[in-house]
Amino acid sequence: MTPEKPARPSDDELAALSREGRWRVISTVAASGAGHIGGPLSAMDLLISLYFGELRIDPAQPQHPDRDRFILSKGHNAIGLYSVLAMRGFFPLDELATFDRGDSRLQGHPDMKLTPGVDASSGSLGQGLSAGAGMALAARRLGKTFHTWVMLGDGELEEGMVWESVISAPRYGLDNLTAIVDLNGLQQFGWPRQEHDRFDRSEPMGHTDLEAVFTGFGWRPIRIDGHDFGAIRRAFDEATGARGSDGRPSVILADTAKGRGVSFAEGAYRWHNGVATDAQLAVAHAELGFPDPQPEPPKESIR
Amino acid sequence: MRSQRQVWGDTLVELVRGDDRVVVIDGDLATSTMASRVAEQHPDAFIQAGIAEQSMVGMAFGMSTLGYRPWLSSFGVFLTHRALDQVRMLVAQTGAPVRIAASYAGLLNGSSGKTHQDIEDLAIMRAMPGMTVVAPADEFEAAAAIRWADTFAGPVYLRLARDAVAPVFDSDYRFELGAVRTVREGADLALVSTGVQTSRTLAAAELLEAHGISARVVHAPTIKPLDPAGLLAAAGGAPLVISVEEHTVIGGLGSLVAELFADHGVTTPLFRIGLADEWSESAPNDFLLHKHGLSPRRVCEQVLARLRQ
Ligand SMILES: Cc1ncc(C[n+]2csc(CCOP(=O)(O)OP(=O)(O)O)c2C)c(N)n1
Repeated sequence: MTPEKPARPSDDELAALSREGRWRVISTVAASGAGHIGGPLSAMDLLISLYFGELRIDPAQPQHPDRDRFILSKGHNAIGLYSVLAMRGFFPLDELATFDRGDSRLQGHPDMKLTPGVDASSGSLGQGLSAGAGMALAARRLGKTFHTWVMLGDGELEEGMVWESVISAPRYGLDNLTAIVDLNGLQQFGWPRQEHDRFDRSEPMGHTDLEAVFTGFGWRPIRIDGHDFGAIRRAFDEATGARGSDGRPSVILADTAKGRGVSFAEGAYRWHNGVATDAQLAVAHAELGFPDPQPEPPKESIR
Repeated sequence: MRSQRQVWGDTLVELVRGDDRVVVIDGDLATSTMASRVAEQHPDAFIQAGIAEQSMVGMAFGMSTLGYRPWLSSFGVFLTHRALDQVRMLVAQTGAPVRIAASYAGLLNGSSGKTHQDIEDLAIMRAMPGMTVVAPADEFEAAAAIRWADTFAGPVYLRLARDAVAPVFDSDYRFELGAVRTVREGADLALVSTGVQTSRTLAAAELLEAHGISARVVHAPTIKPLDPAGLLAAAGGAPLVISVEEHTVIGGLGSLVAELFADHGVTTPLFRIGLADEWSESAPNDFLLHKHGLSPRRVCEQVLARLRQ
């Protein structure tokens, strides 16, 4: 049986799941001693919305041939994806503790050969959209109705290869393909705002009219607040609703904040990656609204 | 003990201070590669190309045609693999004075895993006509090689490691292109090594000493152009030669020694230690070195096993 779309949780439920996901990101990275923070936190509301309210997937059959596909093109955000996959039941929550430790299914960057629920390996930026276009093209030719989703970073858009697939996807009428760009406005080191100012980071795509650019290349741009669950839901509906209509792939341009939800990381480019101290963990913990320092993760997640 | 990336950042600051033709082109990894030190202290010499390695190489080439002396700075893997065609067409074929600082080269890159491990760079870069390939052993050789590369007229690929290793040389080290260095004397066998692996190979030789085996350690910082006579003199004559490299055993230092021996009719048995034909994973350095047989203890064990055969 083709996996079905999950019953959509309420915004409050999604918000609680997102807070749990954020805590898992920051605490897992702290425990493993290395990893990315900023991007996984900015993307969390989008990932939670996808995995708990949109994707037709079955954790019991991660390789189901008719499942929706999801590619995390910005593969350095792996711990964000792993947290959500574990919460969704693809593997035990305890396994997050093995992240990046050696002999682990949870590699520093996603590995489709190892982790249940990972549809494409990534980590070298810029490759995911072409892989998604290939999946969407194959689905079209095989008469399959699943949808392919690809999440990219705004820094990642600087890779030329992204634009190679932006150009080719509309030519094949891939309206079964949706790109989500996590527009958090920061990359790793980034651009000077002024020529002589290297510390006032400016947005990777701040100078680009992305809606115009994607429109010009034959895409359907949908601009939203990437932390507004209602807006995310409507964007997903618009993107998937267009399937079979005009052949235009959709791109959801989601404005987000890097490090979202944790005060010391939010908007700070130095928290692209980083390991929280115990004191910072306590702050994160309190801000994410958990009652005590080391919470038992909610057992009753919506699955 | 400083890491080679720290040395690179600091040395580049001095180079750009002394010569305004020297520029660093970053691929959004300056905080990792330490090009950020140039950005902080000499912003005019720092150019952000974005996460766009192919374009970075083109920019470096373009600037070099107007007299600039650009350094490319990124993780090695993105320069030697993503931008390989650009390096080949625009840099190697033209002989442009572009310096490729391959940061986080080899296996150990802060546990990012196989997407970020550059275990084929020596094979790829040495196969390219006109490319000079240098893999310094420690902070002192790195500093000397960086200064040397800055004055060299053609393209240079410099293999630099992320983390510090125990020094092999000292602060008055002088880099000389092609020179092979015997860094430890020994009569029973010769261990040939390159890059920061030489530091671990030296430690392995100490362990072998405890087993009554006297191992010579030969360091080959220049992979290309090779000094055949130098390498033959240093390694030849030993009853057994063992290459040790933080690189796949296919096409790297071990292959180079095998080619050299074949070319010169040397029949000394050669045993290659390095990554077998396999991908690695993300894990702490110690774990990976142990797993792939590159830690001093594992090198020692493999040598002993070989000697027992
Ligand atoms: C080809 C390639 N070049 C460089 C890197 C190193 N790198 C990892 S993350 C990153 C910044 C990414 O920024 P963005 O896409 O905006 O991601 P986010 O802020 O959402 O985490 C860079 C340069 C890489 N992984 N791949």
